[in-house]
Amino acid sequence: MQAFTKLTGIAAPLPKANVDTDQIIPARFLKSISRLGFGKNLFANFRYKEDGSENPDFVLNQEPYRKAEVLIAFENFGCGSSREHAPWALLDFGIRCVIAPDFADIFHNNCFKNGVLPVRLPKEVCAQLMEDAKLGANARITVDLEREVVVRPNGEEVPFKIDPLRRHLMLNGLDDIGQTMQHAPAIDSFESRQKAAQPWLYA
Amino acid sequence: MSAQKPRTLFDKIWDAHVVETLPDGTALLYIDLHLTHEVTTPQAFDGLRAAGRGIRRPDATLGVIDHNIATDSSRYTGIVDPESALQVATLEKNAAEFGMPLIPLLDERQGIVHVIGPELGRSLPGMTIVCGDSHTSTHGAMGALAFGIGTSEVEHVLATQTLLQKPAKNMRISVDGNLAFGCSGKDIVLAIIGKIGTAGGTGHVIEYAGDAIRALDMAGRMTVCNMTIEGGARAGMVAPDQTTYDYIARTPNGPKGAALARAMEWWKTLPTDAGAHFDTEIRLNAHEIAPQVTWGTNPEAVLPITGIVPNPAEVTDEAKRVQMERMVQYMGLTPGQKLTDLKVDVVFIGSCTNSRIEDIRAAAAIAKGRRVADGVRAMVVPGSGLVKKAAEAEGLDRILKEAGFEWREAGCSMCLGMNPDKLTPGQRSASTSNRNFEGRQGPGGRTHLLSPAMAAAAAVAGHLADVRDYQPKEAL
Repeated sequence: MQAFTKLTGIAAPLPKANVDTDQIIPARFLKSISRLGFGKNLFANFRYKEDGSENPDFVLNQEPYRKAEVLIAFENFGCGSSREHAPWALLDFGIRCVIAPDFADIFHNNCFKNGVLPVRLPKEVCAQLMEDAKLGANARITVDLEREVVVRPNGEEVPFKIDPLRRHLMLNGLDDIGQTMQHAPAIDSFESRQKAAQPWLYA
Repeated sequence: MSAQKPRTLFDKIWDAHVVETLPDGTALLYIDLHLTHEVTTPQAFDGLRAAGRGIRRPDATLGVIDHNIATDSSRYTGIVDPESALQVATLEKNAAEFGMPLIPLLDERQGIVHVIGPELGRSLPGMTIVCGDSHTSTHGAMGALAFGIGTSEVEHVLATQTLLQKPAKNMRISVDGNLAFGCSGKDIVLAIIGKIGTAGGTGHVIEYAGDAIRALDMAGRMTVCNMTIEGGARAGMVAPDQTTYDYIARTPNGPKGAALARAMEWWKTLPTDAGAHFDTEIRLNAHEIAPQVTWGTNPEAVLPITGIVPNPAEVTDEAKRVQMERMVQYMGLTPGQKLTDLKVDVVFIGSCTNSRIEDIRAAAAIAKGRRVADGVRAMVVPGSGLVKKAAEAEGLDRILKEAGFEWREAGCSMCLGMNPDKLTPGQRSASTSNRNFEGRQGPGGRTHLLSPAMAAAAAVAGHLADVRDYQPKEAL
């Protein structure tokens, strides 16, 4: 996983609540067996017209947001399916951070596994950042995970909190399977106990 | 012996599966059953391969093919779509390479992952169950803790049989009294989501309780738990009782004899203790629930079938008004229009929400002796090969075909628009599935979620209809 430390970039405004994972990446694009290449179909139903041409009204088809690295949205971002293709599509497009008032649980988890930082901030703050984002290229936003602050284009710093374990893994780009493997003796002894007490769970 | 603090069903299953608690409170949670399918696993197996890892417990892992495949006879001659074919072949190759048990595509046990787990007796009370699919919440109906995970977590479970999890909050939703005539588990869960909203359960595990839940059969409980994720909670559960035990006794792979007796001893300790703490309590009266149908593009946009399309102009909150305007426009509606005036093009009875034998019986009871309306395509997609076989043994396929319904092979079908069963732009469907998001059943498709009986009524009426006006003409 790519580490996330600090990012300064263009933020795209997506002033919608309940952005579901079928919007982020529709199911018909989930057939790839790779993690890569989903970016071209990110928000496909909004980005492209029925004939396949770009919809100029959609924010990610406008300059400078084609190069957006941050996405600002409203409540319950990432609801719906568990597809990790949603953060893969964001990442493949170039978006490394999503800021919203809250996130659906599974999407929130999936982001951390892929170096995409989901930042929860109060609705009013998201509304301010949304206005900042609308200023386009003149309004770069900084997301600093080390210091846990978002820096607005006017220099104002907005603090946020990330779970300490997740922050550690993200800052260092660590694979959590490797971390869990260090607990193998504990898993072994759990299995011995469980197998004795609940043998029907074992073939 | 000191008295233990009263615990919930969730607390008990959680406590029994904590391998270790890390200093920050994160638990390393043991997983008893890992179900897999073709869509969310290829990248996980790639990760294992790259790291030189294997599957820790193949005996606790089971694969099945469901999302991608056609539900017509073309599955017998090979998958037409090359990307789908590759994804299915990849699962088959990975299963062989890593020693993962896989139900073959043409096996009679093949079906939707959330139908086959309980049906085969693999999903049992007290278990922790995961799958790379948000509707894993379905298995909570067995009295298990079951939730959906992403592909990285699939890889984590394959390699370690554990997950890193933070404890969830406890929510209890009690549905008291008797369910009204014409209503089912689907109507209960749609009414619940209408009440709590699509994010109402975020961060919680929901235990469903009350007389109306107790009175549901296992299929009805699975429908309720299935759509828990649509209310934002990752897991929903129902305490095991005699209905659960009778169901398990009929499954091919559930524990038998002495093993069952021993398992039952533990299962009977699982229901929530009197006085256990719930962070949130919600109550509904079952008799106030009328047959439900969604009108908008998330499951919270739901009304009784007797309702009318709401008017966004009457909403004061700007963000909500904008969202509602978009829903009305996308769905091709007029504020004030009666829901029963909405003509449907397609009726879909199936999906992990409603494709079990009980669901097909409910649809067939309405279809019997009637005809699908002109211009309506109505399809019934059983949840598994075993459901299909059981329905055919009861003659339900014949009743449905005589009424003009298509009788298809098992799979996810038109629930999610990734296999050949899709809506075309502008088509309106009455669907027993779980998500009415924009484009969910195909780009531009318009989805109304409802129960199997309501879907069958819509098929014969040609428009959304109140099932209470279409009661069975003859006994099945």
